[in-house]
Amino acid sequence: MTADAPTMTAIAQPEGHAPAVGHARGGISNPILGMILFITSEVMFFSGLFAAYFATRANNHPWPPDVFKDILDPLGPIIVATIILITSSFTCQFAVWSIRRGDRRGFVRNISITFVLGIVFLLMQAFDYTILFGEGMTLGSGPFGTTYFTLTGFHGAHVFGGVLMLGVILYRGGSGQFSAKHHDAVEAVSLYWHFVDVVWILLFSILYLLP
Amino acid sequence: MATHALSPAAIPAYRGGLLEWLTTTDHKKIGIMYVINSFLFFLIGGVFALLVRTELAVPGIQIFTNEHVYNEAFSIHATVMIFLFIIPMLAGLGNFSVPLMIGAPDMAFPRVNALSFWMLPLGGILLLSGFLTPGGAAAAGWTSYPPLSEKLAQSSPGPGQDLWIAALILIGTSSILGGINFLVTIFKMRAPGMTLFRMPIMVWTMLVTSVLVVMATPVITSALVMLYIDRNLGGSFFLPDQGGMAVLYQNVFWFYSHPAVYVMVLPAMGVISEVLPVFSRKPLFGYRAFIFATAGIGALGFSVWAHHMFTTGAVFLPFFSLMTFLIAVPTGVKMFNWVFTLFRGQLTFSTPLIFAIGFLTMFLIGGINGAFSASVPIDFALQDTYWVVAHLHYVLFGGSVFGMFAGIYYWFPKMTGRLLDEGLGKVHFVLMFVGFNLTFFPMHMLGIAGMPRRIADYADPSWTDWNLLATVGGFMIAASMLPFLWNVFISLRNGKVAGDDPWEGNTLEWATSSPPPPYNFDRLPEIRSERPVFDARHGLVAHGGHGGPVEEEAPKALEEGHVDNQGPGGPRDG
Repeated sequence: MTADAPTMTAIAQPEGHAPAVGHARGGISNPILGMILFITSEVMFFSGLFAAYFATRANNHPWPPDVFKDILDPLGPIIVATIILITSSFTCQFAVWSIRRGDRRGFVRNISITFVLGIVFLLMQAFDYTILFGEGMTLGSGPFGTTYFTLTGFHGAHVFGGVLMLGVILYRGGSGQFSAKHHDAVEAVSLYWHFVDVVWILLFSILYLLP
Repeated sequence: MATHALSPAAIPAYRGGLLEWLTTTDHKKIGIMYVINSFLFFLIGGVFALLVRTELAVPGIQIFTNEHVYNEAFSIHATVMIFLFIIPMLAGLGNFSVPLMIGAPDMAFPRVNALSFWMLPLGGILLLSGFLTPGGAAAAGWTSYPPLSEKLAQSSPGPGQDLWIAALILIGTSSILGGINFLVTIFKMRAPGMTLFRMPIMVWTMLVTSVLVVMATPVITSALVMLYIDRNLGGSFFLPDQGGMAVLYQNVFWFYSHPAVYVMVLPAMGVISEVLPVFSRKPLFGYRAFIFATAGIGALGFSVWAHHMFTTGAVFLPFFSLMTFLIAVPTGVKMFNWVFTLFRGQLTFSTPLIFAIGFLTMFLIGGINGAFSASVPIDFALQDTYWVVAHLHYVLFGGSVFGMFAGIYYWFPKMTGRLLDEGLGKVHFVLMFVGFNLTFFPMHMLGIAGMPRRIADYADPSWTDWNLLATVGGFMIAASMLPFLWNVFISLRNGKVAGDDPWEGNTLEWATSSPPPPYNFDRLPEIRSERPVFDARHGLVAHGGHGGPVEEEAPKALEEGHVDNQGPGGPRDG
């Protein structure tokens, strides 16, 4: 990590800090702080959905209902999608480390891989949806279907948003707009991408693994 | 930080045509547009309130031959007042004042700021366009509890409810983006010397408000999308017959909407905490205690949401009752802060101070009648009666609205360069204060008598007198807007020129011209306390200054930071 890489410390200057030092200098940069706060709000959004999921689950027995018993198989195609999304978080971080070193070529390569993996995840999720639809599970098939598709659907929408952001920084990186010193957008997008990944790990654990 | 290239004299502020205003990213112009937009929605919401009051003036159906339309009227009244008036009005005052108060050139994300603003009129149009749809606008109350808000034949089958959902998601997103913007601005854009514990109270309240907005608003967004999915995509979140839970919505809704109460009142508390010290010529009593009380209210605000749901039988009553009573502690601390700021002060009864005192007294009543509802047995008796309507209006109108008018009278000279007329301002206050109490005090009696809220008609003749009184008061509040609007109109044309610092203020917005230039400051006075402009004016060191070399620097700050920024008002005495 180079010296200019943003850190998450020192959001605000403590009191008694020498007044001559401008408070805008140092510490976390505006776009990254903005992204962290945005992710905070997204965490709260998903918290609302998760709370609804657990409340609904506690209110319905058996869970899953008998018609959909074993329909969510953690070892089906979804495990591949999960591995793909987790891998993309790694490649995204490799891209961040590349640009922190000033390695633009490595950055573009890693972001391209992340971008493609994100799209593959979305395609796999769509494929998974068609399988579930084929077996009669939809948004309208009771609380089980409603919560499943709402949670994974909103996650998918966030992956889609993340893919768009990756596309933007891929384009900007390709035209040489980022350097070891100036790459706040990359740091911010990578935070968002990791957040989307963490949400998926939680979703996978809760929807597929939780007995 | 200071923009040396842009002298206030060189660039006349606020010139420029309509296109300039429509495309601006200047926080001051955006703040003013917030205020104007919110005020327009205040008038729209007020018309609905008058319709409701007219209907209730005497028993029998007067104007709403279709009682469903009455439901639309009170639902849209509340939604407009909360989401399109109070929250954005306070956000607008914050938008105007926060960067000025911390000595910043603008908000951290000026274009996001413009986006936040422009979502509001769009959301408002979406909401009101419900009236053009078959079935009319949303009619399930501003809370829109399912199953009342579900797409069932007997509840809300029409698209008006969907438009309500879409509008609220849009307005909520605007709030979230605004909150993020405020937080980054406050944490990252403060001028040299402006430590956190030198920030004006208004900035502190906006900070805590923004934390609440960022943490709580997404939760109502989740409630709204679930309601939307139920209504339009076959979902069953809140439909008990399909395995859903109707009370789930109430939990998720109030998890936002209770903190939202503090979003609606904390900035108004911030406004009067700026106004009271200036007009009593004293520092705020207990500056730090006030800040900790504000943070305490914000933190406790997340643990009291279920006091709106005592009668559902689905919440743990002792916990939520206790936490609700606890909120009275930091609020009481603030009351002491304000009262002891006034105590033995050199009071000048200008309109901002009068409105601030209106806030103090009315908010006190709103706190006391709220404590009744916090007590579970009493709440069981008062739930969904006019007592609740009285309580919420004493807090939100008696508190927030009086606070925001204090802010409008206080900052109008900074926004426009001209003072509002004091005489008309006092007429406005008296009409509004008397009208407000006439309207909402009788509702206590109606509530104790058992009159339910959200009814179009009542048969009990003993309720007539109080209702009639409330209706007369409602029209009096409406009448109080006339002197205010006239005041704005004539003051913009012929008002007394304000100069930089008409009130002898404490905070940095009074160290620049009126209206401030783009990017706000040519030079800043030295910031050594929470009252930098006071220090500069008096050549003092703050916090009972220990003397020494700093005292010699302060008069220099006066020259550099204060006198250099003279606006049209000409030089003032130091």
